[in-house]
Amino acid sequence: MGQGGSIVPFAGWRRTRLLGESPLRQVLRAVGDRVVRIAEDVVGQDLDARIAGIKTHLNEVGHDPFGFDPETSRYALALAALLHRRYFRTQVFGINRVPQGRVLIVANHSGQLPLDAVMIGSAMMLDADPPRFPRSMVETWTAELPFISTLYPRLGQVVGSPENARRLLRQEESLIVFPEGARGISKTYDHRYQLTDFGLGFVRLALETGTPIVPVAVIGGEEQYPSVADFKPLARLLKMPSFPVMPQMLFGMIAPLPVKYRLYFGEPFRFSGDPDDDDSAIEEKVWLVKSTIQSMVNRGLRERKGVFV
Amino acid sequence: MPNTQISNRHKPSARPGREPIQERPSARAPVARGVFGHANELPQQVEQASQPRPTTGTRLKPAPEGSVLVTGVCGRLGKLLARELHRTDQVVGVDRRPFADRPKDIVHHQVDMRRKKMKDIFRGRNIRAVVHLGVLHDRRRSESDRHTWNIVAFQKLLDYMSQYQVPKLVVLSGANVYGPQSNNPQFLTEDAPLLGAQHFGGMRDLVELDMLAQSFFWKHPNTETVVLRPCHIVGRVRNAASNYLRLERPVMVMGFDPMMQVVHEKDVVRAIQLALRPGVRGIFNIRGPGEMPLSHLIRQAGGRPRLVPSPLAKLALDQLWKLRLSSFPSQELDHLRYVCMVDDSRARTELGYEPAHSIDRVLKDVRRLRYQLS
Repeated sequence: MGQGGSIVPFAGWRRTRLLGESPLRQVLRAVGDRVVRIAEDVVGQDLDARIAGIKTHLNEVGHDPFGFDPETSRYALALAALLHRRYFRTQVFGINRVPQGRVLIVANHSGQLPLDAVMIGSAMMLDADPPRFPRSMVETWTAELPFISTLYPRLGQVVGSPENARRLLRQEESLIVFPEGARGISKTYDHRYQLTDFGLGFVRLALETGTPIVPVAVIGGEEQYPSVADFKPLARLLKMPSFPVMPQMLFGMIAPLPVKYRLYFGEPFRFSGDPDDDDSAIEEKVWLVKSTIQSMVNRGLRERKGVFV
Repeated sequence: MPNTQISNRHKPSARPGREPIQERPSARAPVARGVFGHANELPQQVEQASQPRPTTGTRLKPAPEGSVLVTGVCGRLGKLLARELHRTDQVVGVDRRPFADRPKDIVHHQVDMRRKKMKDIFRGRNIRAVVHLGVLHDRRRSESDRHTWNIVAFQKLLDYMSQYQVPKLVVLSGANVYGPQSNNPQFLTEDAPLLGAQHFGGMRDLVELDMLAQSFFWKHPNTETVVLRPCHIVGRVRNAASNYLRLERPVMVMGFDPMMQVVHEKDVVRAIQLALRPGVRGIFNIRGPGEMPLSHLIRQAGGRPRLVPSPLAKLALDQLWKLRLSSFPSQELDHLRYVCMVDDSRARTELGYEPAHSIDRVLKDVRRLRYQLS
């Protein structure tokens, strides 16, 4: 309380609280900072330096136009680093093949939850030099969900639309694309590591913006949440793309199985041609990317000794 | 309606006495301007409409000395524009409201745009350009009221424009016509569909107004039509966006924090001035000094957001609306949930527009009125 001497108890406290941050926010910040410090100790890397090392494209008022917030992202990076290094013990091959400047990172999609995107993202942040911050495109309906719609943009996720992708590539960002989409991520266990149909949009985008495509094979994601069936009626009822039936949930295991992730980055493709070409001409290029990823996946599967080692 | 015409004649704004008074001369005739200076001491600018100018109607190319007609001139934005424009151009203002503190050389007609008098203004003056700001945004007005004002009156204005071959039209639409949607791209270009009325029927007239201007653009290639779509205009104006930012505890929808763009009113005025240059035509998005999350914007404006869950906010707003305690329909909550931001690269390259006011200055001007009010 100041010299004026308010007789109301805690009046000064209330004033400072109103001016500063809310207590909840202060607690969250303290917990977040602690998590970052723990992650730095475990990983052995300076995470804040990695965040500071990424190239940003800030607007006139010092904000990322897509809402990326480094403050929130450092907490997410800490969690991702723990998953990457400790939980999934991810092995990364050929990350130096990713060229500087604009790039499309095209990978196979798997595992019911998009942890493969998290692993690619954390590999780019922790293993690439200089660190790259890849953006990924999320479903449009996530923008309708409270909290998620705030969290995703702050972590650099962008609502999937061709205009957004074009804009990001023009400002020399890297973009993670899963051309299989929901078909790929909700595969049942019997279809594991079999690539489903690829969309054509990513090749058109690459041709239009002159962007190299880096194929990536993700090994390990298919076993994190093995699904035995897709319960379609319930999915329709809940307006979800699929409703996977996962046996591990019956045993109360909500966390993914601690599989070992392996990421193989291939040589970049540099296509040239007309982005508005016929589907058949585009399909050839898509097929080239898809078959490369499939062969990389097959090779990775042959090389690995086991799912968890 | 004969009744209204009679009452119009008795309005103080209508020409008193109909005595023939000299037409206001152009800025190129300095001697005439000096003479006219005395006539200007009349309480209301009087002009003679019945005597047609020899150049009107048969004009082949735009006369540079023509005047600029500004509809809705008595709004805050209209006044600002008139004050900027009258330094270089002759300004004719049209509004239902009186223009009390207008500069002496601005001619003001206190008329309803739907009245016949509008035609007299076009006939009697050499109108070089029309700036249409007279758009009714008041959500409390009935749908039909807004329709007749925003659509019927605008349609009439367009008729007069084609009849008297006015070479320039500038319409102030807004980025709201694109509508806030969850699947919007982060930055909307001028080609994006106008879906503003998709979830909120109250926007229909504003979308239709934009469409009317667009169709006029194609139907009358001799008229250079410019449609400006600025993002939320803030400053010392009293519109929904500014009033919202002036609140101490503005409501934010819990779990949503969309990126927002605001533009200073004076930047919009400058964009209109740029659009008035000959040779400029088309649709231009106008953006302010940069985009930031809504929560940051509120905090920077000196407020503290009050987080309310979406269903509760909707329920409360509906009730407040019914009780006439709020003038903010609940459907407009979408502005606080989804992005509706524009890409102004076209305005920068073709119009030469560049926002001059920083975000601090913009928010300072917003705040200033709050402190004046309190």
